[in-house]
Amino acid sequence: MLRVDVSKRLGGLTIEASFTSEGRVTGLFGASGAGKTSLINMIAGLSRPDRGIIAIDGETLDETATQTHVPVHRRRIGYVFQDLRLFPHFDVRQNLDYGRRMNRLAEDGVQQKRVTDMLDIGHLLDRRPGRLSGGERQRVALGRALLSQPRLLLLDEPLGSLDEERKEEILPYLVRLRDEAGIPMVYVSHDPSEMRKLATQIVMLRRGRVTAFGGAEILPVALAPA
Amino acid sequence: MLDISPTEWTAIELSLRVATVATLVATPVGVAVAWLLARREFWGKALLDAFIHLPLVLPPVVTGYLLLLTFGRRGLIGAWLADHLGIVFAFRWTGAALACGIMSFPLLVRPIRLSIEAVDRRLEQAAATLGAAPWQVFVTVTLPLALPGVLAGMVLGFAKAIGEFGATITFVSNIPGETQVISSAIYSLIQTPDGDSAALRLVVVSILISTAALVASEWFARRALLRLHGI
Repeated sequence: MLRVDVSKRLGGLTIEASFTSEGRVTGLFGASGAGKTSLINMIAGLSRPDRGIIAIDGETLDETATQTHVPVHRRRIGYVFQDLRLFPHFDVRQNLDYGRRMNRLAEDGVQQKRVTDMLDIGHLLDRRPGRLSGGERQRVALGRALLSQPRLLLLDEPLGSLDEERKEEILPYLVRLRDEAGIPMVYVSHDPSEMRKLATQIVMLRRGRVTAFGGAEILPVALAPA
Repeated sequence: MLDISPTEWTAIELSLRVATVATLVATPVGVAVAWLLARREFWGKALLDAFIHLPLVLPPVVTGYLLLLTFGRRGLIGAWLADHLGIVFAFRWTGAALACGIMSFPLLVRPIRLSIEAVDRRLEQAAATLGAAPWQVFVTVTLPLALPGVLAGMVLGFAKAIGEFGATITFVSNIPGETQVISSAIYSLIQTPDGDSAALRLVVVSILISTAALVASEWFARRALLRLHGI
Protein backbone atom coordinates (compact mmCIF):
# COMPACT_ATOMS: atom_id res chain seq x y z
CA MET A 1 0.00 0.00 0.00
CA LEU A 2 1.25 3.43 -0.96
CA ARG A 3 0.14 6.43 1.01
CA VAL A 4 0.99 9.93 -0.17
CA ASP A 5 -0.19 13.13 1.48
CA VAL A 6 2.20 15.95 0.68
CA SER A 7 2.52 19.56 -0.25
CA LYS A 8 5.47 21.29 -1.82
CA ARG A 9 6.05 24.61 -3.50
CA LEU A 10 8.11 24.50 -6.66
CA GLY A 11 8.47 27.88 -8.31
CA GLY A 12 5.06 28.70 -9.76
CA LEU A 13 3.56 25.29 -9.02
CA THR A 14 2.21 24.15 -5.67
CA ILE A 15 1.79 20.43 -5.27
CA GLU A 16 -1.00 19.40 -2.91
CA ALA A 17 -1.52 15.72 -3.43
CA SER A 18 -3.18 13.14 -1.26
CA PHE A 19 -4.06 9.57 -2.20
CA THR A 20 -3.78 6.01 -0.96
CA SER A 21 -3.39 3.25 -3.49
CA GLU A 22 -3.56 -0.51 -3.13
CA GLY A 23 -3.31 -1.07 -6.85
CA ARG A 24 -0.73 -3.24 -8.55
CA VAL A 25 -0.17 -0.36 -10.93
CA THR A 26 -1.01 3.11 -9.75
CA GLY A 27 -1.25 5.40 -12.75
CA LEU A 28 -0.29 9.03 -12.26
CA PHE A 29 -2.09 10.74 -15.08
CA GLY A 30 -1.91 14.38 -16.12
CA ALA A 31 -0.64 16.87 -18.67
CA SER A 32 3.01 17.85 -18.67
CA GLY A 33 3.63 20.37 -15.92
CA ALA A 34 0.96 18.83 -13.67
CA GLY A 35 3.64 17.82 -11.17
CA LYS A 36 3.79 14.08 -11.90
CA THR A 37 7.58 13.81 -11.94
CA SER A 38 7.93 16.10 -8.90
CA LEU A 39 5.58 13.81 -7.04
CA ILE A 40 7.45 10.59 -7.80
CA ASN A 41 10.76 12.33 -7.05
CA MET A 42 9.36 12.85 -3.55
CA ILE A 43 8.30 9.20 -3.33
CA ALA A 44 11.83 8.17 -4.39
CA GLY A 45 13.30 10.52 -1.77
CA LEU A 46 15.14 12.68 -4.32
CA SER A 47 13.32 15.72 -2.98
CA ARG A 48 11.59 16.36 0.31
CA PRO A 49 8.01 17.55 0.78
CA ASP A 50 7.48 20.86 2.56
CA ARG A 51 4.80 19.16 4.60
CA GLY A 52 3.21 15.75 4.76
CA ILE A 53 3.65 12.00 4.86
CA ILE A 54 4.82 9.32 2.45
CA ALA A 55 4.48 5.69 3.56
CA ILE A 56 4.72 2.26 1.95
CA ASP A 57 3.16 -0.81 3.54
CA GLY A 58 2.97 1.00 6.87
CA GLU A 59 6.61 2.10 6.86
CA THR A 60 6.94 5.86 7.00
CA LEU A 61 9.49 7.18 4.53
CA ASP A 62 8.81 10.87 5.01
CA GLU A 63 7.00 12.61 7.79
CA THR A 64 7.69 16.30 8.17
CA ALA A 65 6.01 16.49 11.61
CA THR A 66 8.64 14.13 13.07
CA GLN A 67 11.40 15.20 10.65
CA THR A 68 11.55 11.67 9.27
CA HIS A 69 13.32 11.31 5.94
CA VAL A 70 14.63 7.93 4.86
CA PRO A 71 17.55 8.59 2.46
CA VAL A 72 17.13 7.56 -1.18
CA HIS A 73 19.48 4.58 -1.03
CA ARG A 74 17.65 2.98 1.91
CA ARG A 75 14.14 3.22 0.43
CA ARG A 76 14.34 0.21 -1.88
CA ILE A 77 12.26 2.03 -4.47
CA GLY A 78 13.27 1.33 -8.05
CA TYR A 79 13.05 4.23 -10.48
CA VAL A 80 13.04 4.05 -14.25
CA PHE A 81 13.77 7.63 -15.24
CA GLN A 82 12.33 9.25 -18.30
CA ASP A 83 15.90 9.83 -19.52
CA LEU A 84 16.90 6.29 -18.42
CA ARG A 85 20.29 7.26 -16.94
CA LEU A 86 22.16 4.06 -17.75
CA PHE A 87 25.76 4.16 -16.54
CA PRO A 88 27.86 4.91 -19.64
CA HIS A 89 31.05 3.43 -18.18
CA PHE A 90 29.49 0.03 -17.47
CA ASP A 91 28.33 -2.58 -19.95
CA VAL A 92 24.77 -3.89 -19.82
CA ARG A 93 25.70 -6.76 -17.51
CA GLN A 94 27.30 -4.37 -15.00
CA ASN A 95 24.36 -1.97 -15.25
CA LEU A 96 21.95 -4.82 -14.50
CA ASP A 97 24.08 -6.08 -11.64
CA TYR A 98 24.61 -2.67 -10.03
CA GLY A 99 21.68 -2.73 -7.61
CA ARG A 100 22.52 -6.23 -6.41
CA ARG A 101 26.14 -5.23 -5.73
CA MET A 102 25.22 -2.02 -3.90
CA ASN A 103 22.66 -3.80 -1.73
CA ARG A 104 25.10 -6.69 -1.14
CA LEU A 105 22.49 -9.21 -2.22
CA ALA A 106 23.59 -12.75 -3.01
CA GLU A 107 24.01 -13.53 -6.69
CA ASP A 108 20.78 -15.01 -7.99
CA GLY A 109 21.26 -16.50 -11.44
CA VAL A 110 17.66 -17.69 -11.66
CA GLN A 111 16.21 -14.25 -10.96
CA GLN A 112 18.68 -12.64 -13.32
CA LYS A 113 17.80 -15.05 -16.11
CA ARG A 114 14.10 -14.56 -15.48
CA VAL A 115 14.42 -10.79 -15.85
CA THR A 116 16.76 -10.86 -18.86
CA ASP A 117 14.45 -13.40 -20.56
CA MET A 118 11.34 -11.42 -19.75
CA LEU A 119 12.88 -8.28 -21.26
CA ASP A 120 14.76 -10.03 -24.08
CA ILE A 121 18.09 -8.47 -23.23
CA GLY A 122 20.21 -11.60 -22.75
CA HIS A 123 22.05 -11.02 -26.04
CA LEU A 124 23.01 -7.45 -25.08
CA LEU A 125 24.92 -8.17 -21.88
CA ASP A 126 28.40 -7.35 -23.19
CA ARG A 127 27.44 -4.10 -24.92
CA ARG A 128 27.89 -0.58 -23.64
CA PRO A 129 24.76 1.62 -23.44
CA GLY A 130 26.16 3.77 -26.29
CA ARG A 131 25.75 0.79 -28.61
CA LEU A 132 22.07 0.11 -27.84
CA SER A 133 18.93 1.24 -29.66
CA GLY A 134 16.32 3.36 -27.85
CA GLY A 135 14.05 0.40 -27.16
CA GLU A 136 16.94 -1.75 -25.94
CA ARG A 137 18.06 1.00 -23.56
CA GLN A 138 14.54 1.24 -22.21
CA ARG A 139 14.44 -2.49 -21.51
CA VAL A 140 17.87 -2.45 -19.85
CA ALA A 141 16.75 0.43 -17.60
CA LEU A 142 13.68 -1.60 -16.62
CA GLY A 143 15.84 -4.65 -15.91
CA ARG A 144 18.33 -2.66 -13.87
CA ALA A 145 15.58 -1.27 -11.62
CA LEU A 146 13.89 -4.70 -11.28
CA LEU A 147 17.09 -6.51 -10.32
CA SER A 148 17.74 -4.15 -7.41
CA GLN A 149 14.75 -5.98 -5.86
CA PRO A 150 12.66 -2.92 -5.04
CA ARG A 151 9.43 -3.04 -3.10
CA LEU A 152 7.96 -0.40 -5.38
CA LEU A 153 8.85 0.53 -8.95
CA LEU A 154 8.46 4.06 -10.28
CA LEU A 155 8.14 4.40 -14.05
CA ASP A 156 8.31 7.93 -15.42
CA GLU A 157 6.84 8.10 -18.94
CA PRO A 158 8.67 4.94 -19.99
CA LEU A 159 7.23 5.24 -23.48
CA GLY A 160 7.44 9.02 -23.70
CA SER A 161 10.63 9.29 -25.71
CA LEU A 162 9.79 6.48 -28.16
CA ASP A 163 8.10 6.63 -31.54
CA GLU A 164 4.86 4.69 -32.14
CA GLU A 165 6.61 1.60 -33.40
CA ARG A 166 8.94 1.43 -30.39
CA LYS A 167 6.01 2.00 -28.04
CA GLU A 168 4.33 -1.07 -29.45
CA GLU A 169 7.62 -2.89 -28.96
CA ILE A 170 7.91 -1.98 -25.24
CA LEU A 171 4.28 -2.11 -24.15
CA PRO A 172 4.05 -5.93 -24.02
CA TYR A 173 7.09 -6.00 -21.73
CA LEU A 174 5.39 -3.58 -19.36
CA VAL A 175 2.27 -5.74 -19.31
CA ARG A 176 4.44 -8.76 -18.55
CA LEU A 177 6.20 -6.79 -15.86
CA ARG A 178 2.88 -5.97 -14.25
CA ASP A 179 1.62 -9.55 -14.40
CA GLU A 180 4.80 -11.48 -13.64
CA ALA A 181 7.18 -9.41 -11.56
CA GLY A 182 4.91 -9.03 -8.55
CA ILE A 183 6.24 -5.59 -7.68
CA PRO A 184 3.75 -2.76 -7.22
CA MET A 185 4.34 0.09 -9.64
CA VAL A 186 3.62 3.76 -10.02
CA TYR A 187 3.21 4.50 -13.70
CA VAL A 188 3.50 8.11 -14.85
CA SER A 189 2.04 9.08 -18.21
CA HIS A 190 0.07 11.73 -20.05
CA ASP A 191 -1.34 9.15 -22.47
CA PRO A 192 -4.86 7.83 -21.66
CA SER A 193 -4.45 4.72 -23.80
CA GLU A 194 -1.32 3.66 -21.88
CA MET A 195 -3.25 4.18 -18.66
CA ARG A 196 -6.07 1.98 -19.88
CA LYS A 197 -3.70 -0.79 -20.82
CA LEU A 198 -1.58 -0.78 -17.68
CA ALA A 199 -2.99 1.01 -14.65
CA THR A 200 -5.23 -0.68 -12.12
CA GLN A 201 -5.87 2.53 -10.18
CA ILE A 202 -5.53 6.02 -11.55
CA VAL A 203 -4.66 9.29 -9.85
CA MET A 204 -5.49 12.26 -12.02
CA LEU A 205 -3.28 15.30 -11.45
CA ARG A 206 -3.93 18.83 -12.60
CA ARG A 207 -1.68 21.75 -11.67
CA GLY A 208 -0.28 19.86 -8.70
CA ARG A 209 -3.65 18.75 -7.30
CA VAL A 210 -5.46 15.43 -7.38
CA THR A 211 -8.67 16.02 -9.31
CA ALA A 212 -9.91 12.44 -9.57
CA PHE A 213 -9.08 8.96 -8.29
CA GLY A 214 -10.41 5.66 -9.51
CA GLY A 215 -10.44 3.23 -12.41
CA ALA A 216 -10.22 3.75 -16.16
CA GLU A 217 -13.67 5.44 -16.14
CA ILE A 218 -12.11 8.70 -14.88
CA LEU A 219 -9.95 9.00 -18.00
CA PRO A 220 -10.99 11.39 -20.75
CA VAL A 221 -12.99 9.64 -23.46
CA ALA A 222 -10.84 8.75 -26.45
CA LEU A 223 -11.61 10.93 -29.47
CA ALA A 224 -11.20 8.16 -31.97
CA PRO A 225 -11.44 4.41 -31.47
CA ALA A 226 -7.99 2.91 -31.10
CA MET B 1 74.44 10.65 -27.25
CA LEU B 2 73.86 12.31 -23.90
CA ASP B 3 76.89 11.61 -21.77
CA ILE B 4 75.28 11.99 -18.37
CA SER B 5 77.55 12.02 -15.31
CA PRO B 6 76.73 10.20 -12.03
CA THR B 7 75.96 13.52 -10.25
CA GLU B 8 73.53 14.43 -13.00
CA TRP B 9 71.90 10.99 -12.81
CA THR B 10 71.46 11.49 -9.08
CA ALA B 11 69.67 14.80 -9.68
CA ILE B 12 67.45 13.22 -12.36
CA GLU B 13 66.60 10.23 -10.19
CA LEU B 14 65.87 12.52 -7.25
CA SER B 15 63.64 14.77 -9.35
CA LEU B 16 61.60 11.79 -10.53
CA ARG B 17 61.34 10.41 -7.01
CA VAL B 18 60.35 13.78 -5.50
CA ALA B 19 57.74 14.51 -8.20
CA THR B 20 56.30 10.97 -8.11
CA VAL B 21 55.96 10.89 -4.32
CA ALA B 22 54.56 14.43 -4.26
CA THR B 23 51.95 13.56 -6.90
CA LEU B 24 50.94 10.22 -5.40
CA VAL B 25 50.52 11.66 -1.90
CA ALA B 26 48.77 14.82 -3.09
CA THR B 27 46.28 13.05 -5.39
CA PRO B 28 43.95 11.50 -2.76
CA VAL B 29 43.94 14.80 -0.84
CA GLY B 30 43.35 16.66 -4.09
CA VAL B 31 40.41 14.42 -5.03
CA ALA B 32 38.84 14.94 -1.60
CA VAL B 33 39.27 18.73 -1.77
CA ALA B 34 38.03 18.83 -5.37
CA TRP B 35 34.93 16.85 -4.40
CA LEU B 36 34.24 19.18 -1.46
CA LEU B 37 34.56 22.24 -3.68
CA ALA B 38 32.50 20.73 -6.50
CA ARG B 39 29.69 19.05 -4.58
CA ARG B 40 29.30 20.55 -1.12
CA GLU B 41 28.22 23.88 0.29
CA PHE B 42 29.80 24.74 3.63
CA TRP B 43 30.93 27.67 5.67
CA GLY B 44 34.41 28.84 4.66
CA LYS B 45 34.30 27.25 1.19
CA ALA B 46 35.56 30.45 -0.46
CA LEU B 47 38.36 30.61 2.12
CA LEU B 48 39.44 27.03 1.44
CA ASP B 49 39.36 27.73 -2.28
CA ALA B 50 41.54 30.81 -1.83
CA PHE B 51 43.91 29.00 0.54
CA ILE B 52 44.70 26.14 -1.84
CA HIS B 53 45.35 28.66 -4.63
CA LEU B 54 47.83 30.65 -2.55
CA PRO B 55 50.93 28.76 -3.78
CA LEU B 56 49.97 29.76 -7.32
CA VAL B 57 50.02 33.49 -6.59
CA LEU B 58 52.56 33.83 -3.76
CA PRO B 59 56.22 34.22 -4.72
CA PRO B 60 57.63 30.65 -4.44
CA VAL B 61 60.34 31.91 -2.09
CA VAL B 62 57.59 33.05 0.31
CA THR B 63 55.94 29.62 0.25
CA GLY B 64 59.35 28.00 0.80
CA TYR B 65 60.10 30.26 3.73
CA LEU B 66 56.67 29.62 5.28
CA LEU B 67 57.35 25.90 4.93
CA LEU B 68 60.70 26.36 6.66
CA LEU B 69 58.96 28.21 9.51
CA THR B 70 56.25 25.56 9.98
CA PHE B 71 57.92 22.32 8.89
CA GLY B 72 61.54 23.16 9.79
CA ARG B 73 63.24 21.45 12.74
CA ARG B 74 62.03 24.19 15.09
CA GLY B 75 58.81 24.87 13.27
CA LEU B 76 55.51 24.22 15.03
CA ILE B 77 54.57 21.16 12.99
CA GLY B 78 58.13 20.16 12.03
CA ALA B 79 59.29 19.87 15.66
CA TRP B 80 56.26 17.80 16.63
CA LEU B 81 56.65 15.44 13.64
CA ALA B 82 60.38 15.00 14.36
CA ASP B 83 59.84 14.32 18.09
CA HIS B 84 56.81 12.06 17.85
CA LEU B 85 56.97 10.35 14.48
CA GLY B 86 60.62 10.78 13.55
CA ILE B 87 59.63 12.46 10.28
CA VAL B 88 62.03 15.22 9.25
CA PHE B 89 61.41 17.43 6.24
CA ALA B 90 64.05 20.14 6.53
CA PHE B 91 66.99 19.63 4.13
CA ARG B 92 65.78 16.18 3.15
CA TRP B 93 64.35 14.92 -0.14
CA THR B 94 61.03 14.38 1.69
CA GLY B 95 60.97 18.14 2.28
CA ALA B 96 61.45 18.68 -1.45
CA ALA B 97 58.48 16.38 -2.05
CA LEU B 98 56.40 18.35 0.47
CA ALA B 99 57.32 21.66 -1.19
CA CYS B 100 56.56 20.26 -4.66
CA GLY B 101 53.28 18.73 -3.48
CA ILE B 102 52.10 22.05 -2.07
CA MET B 103 53.28 24.12 -5.03
CA SER B 104 51.59 21.81 -7.52
CA PHE B 105 48.40 21.31 -5.46
CA PRO B 106 46.30 24.06 -7.11
CA LEU B 107 47.20 22.72 -10.57
CA LEU B 108 46.34 19.21 -9.46
CA VAL B 109 42.98 20.15 -7.92
CA ARG B 110 41.60 22.32 -10.70
CA PRO B 111 41.07 19.73 -13.47
CA ILE B 112 39.75 17.22 -10.93
CA ARG B 113 37.25 19.72 -9.62
CA LEU B 114 36.10 20.67 -13.12
CA SER B 115 35.66 17.04 -14.12
CA ILE B 116 33.68 16.22 -10.96
CA GLU B 117 31.46 19.24 -11.63
CA ALA B 118 30.92 17.88 -15.13
CA VAL B 119 29.72 14.46 -13.91
CA ASP B 120 25.98 14.20 -14.54
CA ARG B 121 24.29 14.35 -11.14
CA ARG B 122 21.31 12.52 -12.58
CA LEU B 123 23.52 9.43 -12.84
CA GLU B 124 24.44 9.85 -9.18
CA GLN B 125 20.74 10.04 -8.31
CA ALA B 126 20.07 6.90 -10.34
CA ALA B 127 22.80 5.11 -8.41
CA ALA B 128 21.20 6.16 -5.12
CA THR B 129 17.79 4.81 -6.17
CA LEU B 130 19.52 1.48 -6.87
CA GLY B 131 20.71 1.37 -3.27
CA ALA B 132 24.15 2.98 -3.41
CA ALA B 133 25.17 4.90 -0.29
CA PRO B 134 26.85 8.27 -0.93
CA TRP B 135 30.39 6.84 -0.67
CA GLN B 136 29.43 4.01 -3.05
CA VAL B 137 28.04 6.54 -5.51
CA PHE B 138 31.36 8.36 -5.36
CA VAL B 139 33.49 5.25 -5.88
CA THR B 140 31.38 3.58 -8.59
CA VAL B 141 30.01 6.55 -10.53
CA THR B 142 31.54 9.94 -9.77
CA LEU B 143 35.20 8.93 -9.62
CA PRO B 144 35.26 6.67 -12.70
CA LEU B 145 33.47 9.32 -14.74
CA ALA B 146 35.84 12.03 -13.48
CA LEU B 147 38.89 9.89 -14.22
CA PRO B 148 40.15 11.90 -17.22
CA GLY B 149 40.25 14.99 -15.01
CA VAL B 150 42.04 13.11 -12.23
CA LEU B 151 44.71 11.92 -14.67
CA ALA B 152 45.04 15.39 -16.20
CA GLY B 153 45.45 16.85 -12.73
CA MET B 154 48.07 14.26 -11.83
CA VAL B 155 50.11 14.93 -14.97
CA LEU B 156 49.86 18.68 -14.53
CA GLY B 157 50.87 18.34 -10.88
CA PHE B 158 53.74 16.03 -11.78
CA ALA B 159 55.03 18.42 -14.46
CA LYS B 160 54.84 21.33 -12.04
CA ALA B 161 56.63 19.26 -9.36
CA ILE B 162 59.43 18.35 -11.77
CA GLY B 163 59.94 22.02 -12.58
CA GLU B 164 59.58 23.40 -9.05
CA PHE B 165 62.54 25.48 -7.98
CA GLY B 166 61.92 28.47 -5.74
CA ALA B 167 60.06 26.95 -2.80
CA THR B 168 62.18 23.80 -2.88
CA ILE B 169 65.56 25.54 -2.79
CA THR B 170 64.33 27.89 -0.03
CA PHE B 171 62.97 25.07 2.13
CA VAL B 172 65.49 22.25 1.62
CA SER B 173 68.42 24.04 -0.04
CA ASN B 174 70.50 22.56 -2.84
CA ILE B 175 72.46 19.62 -1.44
CA PRO B 176 73.83 17.24 -4.09
CA GLY B 177 72.56 13.71 -3.50
CA GLU B 178 69.94 14.80 -0.96
CA THR B 179 67.91 17.75 -2.21
CA GLN B 180 69.50 18.74 -5.52
CA VAL B 181 66.88 18.12 -8.20
CA ILE B 182 67.18 18.83 -11.92
CA SER B 183 66.24 22.49 -11.70
CA SER B 184 68.51 23.29 -8.77
CA ALA B 185 71.32 21.30 -10.44
CA ILE B 186 70.92 23.41 -13.59
CA TYR B 187 70.97 26.53 -11.42
CA SER B 188 74.25 25.44 -9.81
CA LEU B 189 75.80 24.41 -13.12
CA ILE B 190 75.16 27.67 -14.91
CA GLN B 191 76.93 29.48 -12.10
CA THR B 192 79.95 27.16 -12.45
CA PRO B 193 82.66 27.83 -15.06
CA ASP B 194 82.48 25.11 -17.77
CA GLY B 195 79.08 24.00 -16.45
CA ASP B 196 77.27 24.89 -19.66
CA SER B 197 77.35 21.52 -21.40
CA ALA B 198 76.20 19.69 -18.26
CA ALA B 199 73.42 22.24 -17.79
CA LEU B 200 72.33 21.69 -21.41
CA ARG B 201 72.20 17.92 -20.91
CA LEU B 202 69.88 18.39 -17.95
CA VAL B 203 67.77 20.85 -19.94
CA VAL B 204 67.30 18.19 -22.63
CA VAL B 205 66.38 15.60 -19.99
CA SER B 206 63.81 17.87 -18.41
CA ILE B 207 62.25 18.58 -21.80
CA LEU B 208 62.06 14.82 -22.44
CA ILE B 209 60.39 14.11 -19.09
CA SER B 210 57.82 16.87 -19.53
CA THR B 211 56.98 15.77 -23.07
CA ALA B 212 56.61 12.15 -21.99
CA ALA B 213 54.24 13.24 -19.22
CA LEU B 214 52.07 15.17 -21.66
CA VAL B 215 51.94 12.30 -24.15
CA ALA B 216 51.00 9.88 -21.36
CA SER B 217 48.21 12.13 -20.14
CA GLU B 218 46.83 12.49 -23.66
CA TRP B 219 46.80 8.71 -24.04
CA PHE B 220 45.02 8.18 -20.72
CA ALA B 221 42.49 10.91 -21.43
CA ARG B 222 41.63 9.37 -24.80
CA ARG B 223 41.02 5.95 -23.30
CA ALA B 224 38.91 7.43 -20.54
CA LEU B 225 36.82 9.41 -23.02
CA LEU B 226 35.91 6.26 -24.91
CA ARG B 227 34.62 4.78 -21.67
CA LEU B 228 32.60 7.89 -20.91
CA HIS B 229 30.66 7.75 -24.12
CA GLY B 230 29.53 4.27 -23.32
CA ILE B 231 30.93 2.70 -26.47
